[in-house]
Amino acid sequence: MDRKPRLVVVGNGMAGVRTLEELLRLAPDLYDITVFGAEPHPNYNRILLSPVLTGEQRFQDIVLNDLDWYRSHGIDLRLNRPVARIDRVRRVVHAEDGSQAPYDRLLLATGSNPFVLPVPGRDLDGVIAFRDIGDVERMIAAAGRGGRAVVIGGGLLGLEAANGLAARGMQVSVVHLGDSLLERQLDAQAAGLLQRSLQARGLEFLMARETRELLDDGQGRVCGVRFADGSQVPAELVVMAAGIRPNTALAERSGLRVDRGVVVSDTMQTYDPAIYAVGECVSHRGTCYGLVAPLFEQARVAANHLARYGIARYEGSITSTKLKVTGIDVFSAGDYAGGEGTEAITLADPADGLYKRLVIRDGRLVGACLYGDTADGAWYFRLIREGVPIEALREHLMYGEGEARQAATQASAAEAAGHAAAAP
Amino acid sequence: MTPIAFHPEPPAQRAPERVVASVCCYCGTGCGVRVRARGEQVVAVEGDPDHPSSRGKLCSKGLALADTVRRDAARVRQALWRPARGEPLQPLPLDEALERAAERLAATIGAHGPDAVGFYLSGQLLTEDYAVFNKLARALVGTNNIDTNSRLCMSSAVSGYKQTLGADAPPACYEDLDVADAVLIAGSNMAYAHPVLFRRLEAAKAARPDMRIVVVDPRRTDTAALAELHLPIAAGTDVALFHAMLHVLVAENLVDRGYIARHTAGFEALEARVRAWTPQAAAQTCGVPAEDIVRAARWFGQSGATLSLYTMGLNQSASGTAKNAALIHLHLATGQIGRPGAGPFSLTGQPNAMGGREAGGMATLLPGHRDPADAAHRAEVATAWGVSALPAMPGMPALQMFDAMLEGRIKVLWIAGTNPAQSLPDQARVRRALARAEFVIVQEAYAGTETLAYADLVLPAATWPEKDGTVTNSERRISRVRAAVPPPGDAMPDWRLACAVARRLAARIAPAKAALFDYPDEAAVFAEHAGLTAGRDLDYSALDYAALAAGPVQWPWRGHGGTARLYADGRYPTPDGRARFVDVDYAPVAEDVTADYPLRLTTGRLRDHWHTMARTSLSATLVRHVEEPWVSLHPHDMRRMQLAEDQLARVRSRRGAVVLPARADEALQPGLAFLPMHWGSAFLAGDGVNALTLPARDPHSHQPELKHSAVSVAAAALPWQAAGWLRGDVAALRRALAPWLARFPYAVLLPAALGGGGLRLRLADQAAPPPAVLEELAAALGLARPDAAFDDPARGELRRAARAGPGDPRPAAFLLAGDVRAHAALLAWADGAPAAGGLARLLMGREAAVRARTVCACNGVSDAAIAAGIARGLGLDGLKAELGCGTGCGSCVPEIRGMLCRAPSCPETSAAMRPV
Repeated sequence: MDRKPRLVVVGNGMAGVRTLEELLRLAPDLYDITVFGAEPHPNYNRILLSPVLTGEQRFQDIVLNDLDWYRSHGIDLRLNRPVARIDRVRRVVHAEDGSQAPYDRLLLATGSNPFVLPVPGRDLDGVIAFRDIGDVERMIAAAGRGGRAVVIGGGLLGLEAANGLAARGMQVSVVHLGDSLLERQLDAQAAGLLQRSLQARGLEFLMARETRELLDDGQGRVCGVRFADGSQVPAELVVMAAGIRPNTALAERSGLRVDRGVVVSDTMQTYDPAIYAVGECVSHRGTCYGLVAPLFEQARVAANHLARYGIARYEGSITSTKLKVTGIDVFSAGDYAGGEGTEAITLADPADGLYKRLVIRDGRLVGACLYGDTADGAWYFRLIREGVPIEALREHLMYGEGEARQAATQASAAEAAGHAAAAP
Repeated sequence: MTPIAFHPEPPAQRAPERVVASVCCYCGTGCGVRVRARGEQVVAVEGDPDHPSSRGKLCSKGLALADTVRRDAARVRQALWRPARGEPLQPLPLDEALERAAERLAATIGAHGPDAVGFYLSGQLLTEDYAVFNKLARALVGTNNIDTNSRLCMSSAVSGYKQTLGADAPPACYEDLDVADAVLIAGSNMAYAHPVLFRRLEAAKAARPDMRIVVVDPRRTDTAALAELHLPIAAGTDVALFHAMLHVLVAENLVDRGYIARHTAGFEALEARVRAWTPQAAAQTCGVPAEDIVRAARWFGQSGATLSLYTMGLNQSASGTAKNAALIHLHLATGQIGRPGAGPFSLTGQPNAMGGREAGGMATLLPGHRDPADAAHRAEVATAWGVSALPAMPGMPALQMFDAMLEGRIKVLWIAGTNPAQSLPDQARVRRALARAEFVIVQEAYAGTETLAYADLVLPAATWPEKDGTVTNSERRISRVRAAVPPPGDAMPDWRLACAVARRLAARIAPAKAALFDYPDEAAVFAEHAGLTAGRDLDYSALDYAALAAGPVQWPWRGHGGTARLYADGRYPTPDGRARFVDVDYAPVAEDVTADYPLRLTTGRLRDHWHTMARTSLSATLVRHVEEPWVSLHPHDMRRMQLAEDQLARVRSRRGAVVLPARADEALQPGLAFLPMHWGSAFLAGDGVNALTLPARDPHSHQPELKHSAVSVAAAALPWQAAGWLRGDVAALRRALAPWLARFPYAVLLPAALGGGGLRLRLADQAAPPPAVLEELAAALGLARPDAAFDDPARGELRRAARAGPGDPRPAAFLLAGDVRAHAALLAWADGAPAAGGLARLLMGREAAVRARTVCACNGVSDAAIAAGIARGLGLDGLKAELGCGTGCGSCVPEIRGMLCRAPSCPETSAAMRPV
């Protein structure tokens, strides 16, 4: 039996391919690898769709793994090949085009789908999501015709889409269900600053509006949005950015346990031990992640097990976020909102567009929300993840890593001097 | 953020400008002013070149008078009453207030007799006010319990003059400052307290460099910088020094035996006494070299004309009368009196303490320098007033009235124009007395004085420049005070309020006497008063308002000329016409230092504040020179007490304590501590500076020993600190923030000139207050929703700043709680410095900032600018030419000279530093 075991990857996105990269680093020749991709593109950096939309980058700039990479690693890449079902008994993957791929190990990395509001008019022309490069291309085309765009959703994707469309000359309104933008990333103060800053760039915000209907111009094209309060706004383009949902259709059809996402263990295995899952499609300890950093951590663990090392465990991620809108620096990490049992240090200078909030629990940094100056975001994120006691640092925490380090140096120097003085 | 009430700009006045000649309302120099007014607003106040006492000069305080003329909530504009103790004051129609006052007085007199009533007045009242109050107390109520805050001020000078010269009359005049050959300044920091006279002395010294100036003061004050010889005697040892000087004068035959024989009595006993006071003996007691005592005595005795200038350092003492007498002895023994440039010249502290005494507005006086213990004097006054008799029962001087209140003997106290809950010693006792009184009437012009907290009824008084009348200054010169604007609201001149209550009281207890208080105007009051001086030492019975219209005159005045100097003929107003040597002994201070209270605390004035700051705190110009209270200690004592510069210290006496920053001051001797007298509980946590001071008093003058008490100073462990600032009207902000003074062991409210005027706040406590209190504090400063914030409330950290509002980037407020390292930077920001790197960056407190202090108030020149000028090699004239400092009122010149002295490359080495 010198046949290599076969690994099939369903999903050619960032999580799946990152797992392959990790695996190839650990065990370059262990598997015969087949990758099914629903899109016609090799793996690209979905995080950088926004700069492509604004025109700051081109698609080729954001490709992570070109076709040569797959070739050079002997990967059988099957683009434009959505997978229809998994025969878990025979361990065979069936694509929609009827092609098949048997596996010994299967990795699900099907990602997520944009959440499209279940409102009348959702299928009209001119109503699009913001999920893949195809959506971006449609938005760029629409923006070329000018006019009014309505972006539904004031989250990260929505704001980036809105900013991109505005950059391309459209008149953009952002519709948000809540009172405060980026509710999952920012507290109200930072969100207020962000909103003012985006307003200054020409974006209009329709806060606390519930979308009821997308209006038909009579020819199957969207022409406006109507809200629960009866008001409506005209729109030639509507971008649905009301969130994402894990893409679990294939897993469900295949009889895998799904609870919002594909349920995985700390070794990234589904309820079928031969099938691993990573990325936005999974639910780990009840959490579905929509950010890139956790996906990479999952990829590292899955690769470790696929490589038969069997020692890594994924215990969940503390997440951090940055908004990719040029000129607006927003960062949040951990439990930025705080609450019972937490203490907060805040620095605010709205006039100068500055806001920082650090949340402390039991003498440890547990959350950070930065607006305007995010230079120390990575440091705070590290402190949060490492969970080190910060009491000694506390006074200097807000001043950033450089200042804190300098103060620590001075303190230890003073202490050393004190010891020296005390020595006989 | 909360809108901030800035000082309201007066509406543009179309009314024509008028110029009114009057007199400054601060010290007893009595400088002439010209008040330029338009409508109800005072536009400017300038020196009056036609006034003979000041010849156009004003000091920094006088020049800033216009700032203090207010018609808004800084004033008491209507009558107020307190329904019950502990409740806030409420407005009351004036007529009803007058009725209530009369009703209460009548009831008390009826139930407990006239001596259950007391009047506590002020050296700032005009002569006419005194005259009416005095008549009200003695002729209507029937009590001699009428005294004034002159008891804290000039009382010992009065008894000193009376015991030696026979009358309460400074014999010299200001011209003597120009022509004296030797000047002995004792217990007077006249550079601060009487700046215009000090300017005059400086000019004389510059014109005649041979003039010898000796300063006797435990502190090396700015006044001492002008002196050839500074004698930093141990506090309270003046009598020993003067006795030793007399000893030297006798020993070296510098006394004028002829003058002593012809014009004095009692020299033998004193001569015998001072025989023991050799310079060496005095050197032991006074702590100054014997040869300096000899030198001072020789200069005194050898000079052609010797002038002494003295004030609170001698007066505010348990042996104040003896100190005054001992100094006057030197003049009598050498015949240095009654000639140009010679004489013992008491400098009066208040603008009309003199006039008050002339009108007999003190327990121990009757009008025309009469004595209430003298039945003939009482009869004379009773006749003049048209009543059958005056009460014979002696009245109680100020402190005794408060003692009597504490004992329940005085039940109603009527306070006018003074602030005893700040200015009297042993505040805890004073406040107990005020609380014990059954009814306290406070007649006051300014809202926010400490005493208002104890008022049951408040009568709204007019103040300068809303009043007409007369004042008498230190050189016995009577000047007209003229109203330039009408009083605000219901406020009335003090004499009119007194008349209004008197008529209502008369209706209740003696209807026939109502007519005693029917004066048509001030001129009529003055005419009655002047009549009572007829035949007395001060006789100005010929004087009336018409004569005063021609200009001020010096009493005695008998129709023309006036009297520049008294006793030129050697005749004194005593039964035998001879001056007296009084055989006074040196007595140590009333409260000596002990191991528990090892430091000697002395109090004194600052250059740009006056008394309890009711007025000066309203001027942005005046609050710059010294921005906050601190306790000054000699550097050795700072080390001994282990105190760092500006560290909070608890100053404690047997009577109370205050917490203040400590600062080193080499101008003090080791063992001596200094506190400015100005800060009371309206500005400072606790009972104010006089929580510490001693009520021990002189047996003759009844003046308390405010200048010396034994204290301890120790670091106050109050690590949590806060500092804030809020732009706006000082009076309104003080009212709003005053409750915070009671919530912290260290708290100060500091009127500040920053950003056009506002209030600073400093707090400290043993631990950080809870976050809710911090938020409350921030909200009180209008910083609930600031423009910039750095908060760590769990640690007691709150740092916030706000600008005025949208479109108005002016600084409006800041608060630093917990970490106050950004204080200097934020003060600079509040004062207009740009917030480099943003406001938040500033709050983080890492920007270095050094705050410059204003030395020259007139031209706003800072210490840093002057120091830089000195470093460039500029002398006084160069500094004046280049920086403009000292070219306005000149009040800062002594301080600049001091800075020059201390500079290493001293171009004008002080005379005091030169070997003689």
